[in-house]
Order: sequence, then structure tokens, then C-alpha cells
Amino acid sequence: MIVDPGMKTPLKKVRGWGSSKTGTDHFWQQRATAVANLPLMAFMVGFVICHLGASRAEVITSLHHPVVALLLIMGLASAFWHMRLGLQVVIEDYLHSHLTKFTALALNIAIATSLFAVSAYSILKMSFM
Amino acid sequence: MAEPNLGAKVERPLSPHLQVYRPMLSMMMSIVHRATGVALYVGSVLVVWWFLAAAQSDSYFDLVQAFFGHWFGRLVLFGFSWALIHHALGGLRHFVWDLGRGFKLTTVEWMVKANLIASIVLTIVLWIIAYGVKS
Repeated sequence: MIVDPGMKTPLKKVRGWGSSKTGTDHFWQQRATAVANLPLMAFMVGFVICHLGASRAEVITSLHHPVVALLLIMGLASAFWHMRLGLQVVIEDYLHSHLTKFTALALNIAIATSLFAVSAYSILKMSFM
Repeated sequence: MAEPNLGAKVERPLSPHLQVYRPMLSMMMSIVHRATGVALYVGSVLVVWWFLAAAQSDSYFDLVQAFFGHWFGRLVLFGFSWALIHHALGGLRHFVWDLGRGFKLTTVEWMVKANLIASIVLTIVLWIIAYGVKS
């Protein structure tokens, strides 16, 4: 039987990843979160400036408004996802050994999602206080 | 057909990297865009710390507020705000390029200079506003 080798290299066949099935997804997510970050980060910076030297009670009162809490949580989600995508590219550019690269890639996702979880939970907790 | 040796390390030619080029402003600003991105990643911990402390207790929040009120905390925040603004403006620059515009060398030079100057000016304006709000 003759098997058409096609354009695939033996390495590609062995790994069986094909095109990895992601294509330009990473690029688009990076741009989409970048656009979302512009207004959302402006809001977050404004929120922080308005609460410079404020008491805890004042911060909690501000977070009672659902729009304020939601805009902050959406800002955190967008920013942390953007961060994760960005650092992934940096890791892929500079780390080449398999073990360190995959460890760094996994840690990157773990750190970014953990930071989001902690901050979003904190805001929700104060919003319902 | 010869069996390819998958385990053997092939000495492939390397494409030239940064060190072979004369430093240019646009190249430096590309590096700064990446550097500010990584710095913001680290700095985001401070934002999380602030929210976490506020959710925790009065005394813990006062401690964090005192840190950001101290000159060192202020310095860190100043750097953070500059990195954020610079990275955001750099992102706008990339949007222009994504749309297939602004590739003329004079335009590139103009955009990177505007990026740098605007980031410094906007950071100072932001801090003037911040001190205005506080007092």
C-alpha cells in the first residue's frame, strides 16, 4: 500500500498535533482584550484615584453599586486574560527547553487565573457586605 | 526512503537577532512595550493586594493604604501608572499597524516619539489629578 506522505513531516505525524487547531485565535484574543482594557482600565484607575487614602468603609460603600463592582470584575477578567496571553508569547520566545517552557506556561495560566479569582472574590464579598 | 533520525540535533542556521542591528528608537520602543507588559504583570499583584486587604479587615486595609501613602509606595505606583499608560498607548500604535496603516518610516518614527512623550505627559497629568482629588 502506498501512503501519500503529503506535506507533513515525520515529526508532525508522530506528535499528531496537526495545526494545533488554534490558528490566529491567540492573536484575536489579544486584540479583543486590548480593546476592552482601554475603557475598563480607565475606569479602574479612576476608581483607585477616587479612593486614595480613603477608609475601608468608603471603598465598600462604592462597591455596593452593582455597576461599579461589575465593571471592576470585567476589567480584571479582561486584563488578567490579556496578561496571560502576553506572557505566554514572552515565554515561548525565550524558554526553549521543554520542561522549563511547559512549567512556565502552566504557571502563567495558574498565576493569572488565581489573581483574577482572588480579586474578583474580594470585590464580590465587599459588594454584598 | 532513508529513515530520518528524529533524535539527532540538527544545526540549523539562526536568523540574526537584536545584537546585529544598530539600536533605533522604534526598536527600543518595541522592547519597552514588552518590558512594560511584563512589569504590569508583576504590578498587578499590588492591585489584587489592595482589593484583598479591603475585603479583609480595617487594620489590614489601613496597612496597605499606608504603604501606598509612603514615598516608596508612591514611587512604585508612579512607575506602575507610567507603564500602564505607555503600554496602552503602545497598544493603540499596534492597532494602527494592524489596520495596515502607518508603515512609512517617518510615520513610524513620529508615532514612537509621540508614544513616549504622551506617556510621560499623561502620567504627570494623572498624578496632578490624583493629588487634586485627594486634597
